[in-house]
Amino acid sequence: MRLQKATRYGLYSVLELARDTERQLSATDIAEIYGISANHLAKVLRDLGRAGLVDSVRGAGGGYRFSGNAKRTTLMDVINLFEDIGSDATSAADPGDDTDIGQSLLLVLGEIDDIAKATFGSITIDTLLKTMRWRQEREEMANQETKEVA
Amino acid sequence: MLAKARVPDVEIRLATLDDLQHITELDAQITEHLKPDYWQEMFNRHVETGEGYFLVAQLPNTSRTENSELDGILGFIVGEVRAWEFGSHPCGWIMVVGVAPNHRVRGIGEALYNAIADKFRENGVDKIRTMAARDDQLNMAFFRAQGMMAGPFIELEKSID
Repeated sequence: MRLQKATRYGLYSVLELARDTERQLSATDIAEIYGISANHLAKVLRDLGRAGLVDSVRGAGGGYRFSGNAKRTTLMDVINLFEDIGSDATSAADPGDDTDIGQSLLLVLGEIDDIAKATFGSITIDTLLKTMRWRQEREEMANQETKEVA
Repeated sequence: MLAKARVPDVEIRLATLDDLQHITELDAQITEHLKPDYWQEMFNRHVETGEGYFLVAQLPNTSRTENSELDGILGFIVGEVRAWEFGSHPCGWIMVVGVAPNHRVRGIGEALYNAIADKFRENGVDKIRTMAARDDQLNMAFFRAQGMMAGPFIELEKSID
């Protein structure tokens, strides 16, 4: 599955800022890290600010910092700010959707959407960052062991 | 004692017959279903016959008569090693886990999970599996927080009314 651009930018921003809640980053800082448009990102950050997930700090050295609850905010909470995954998967919207085969295909697509929503809804910002660090530590240990064997 | 949770002075130990009534009551408090026969069967299968692991988290120095809050039992976890279901290599299955609602987010569930993971490792398995309802945010988020992800098997069902 593929998330819309604004959704991905929103997730990048929230996760990047939540990995160090003391740190402030500007839209340009985040845009450089992820190689994305700073202009588009600035609008996304304003949406995240309105949702209470980031705070903007004005003045020299200002920027954005994470202001949400990382243990309570799920990936789905962020995604919902920008798009509605599978909202009309089972309703007939396109030609062919209202045929018997079209309806059966929509049921399968709805099943996939339900799994995606359950997955995004069960992973908090804290869990994603924690499991990312575990994976990195495991990879570092594996690399270290490989070096020692070599 | 098998493990210590982040919350001070919580012990993880094997369940005994004396715990059964309190586990049944705690589960009913969590799930809103009182099912003594199910818990008796779980105990028989996983403790009496030794086919699995049935662990509880308990406040230390509490007994049947000393503590009004379910005798100090704050949580439970049950699991077993399963093998070769549709080609699945031996793995540890968690069937149920529960923590008293007013003692959550204190590391008790994590300590129970880690303790049963140790038991599975001692048994020679290197994977843990479980199953949770899609809309069961509490358990889904708990298992995700332990690092669990979607596995290679998909659960399927059909109504046979």
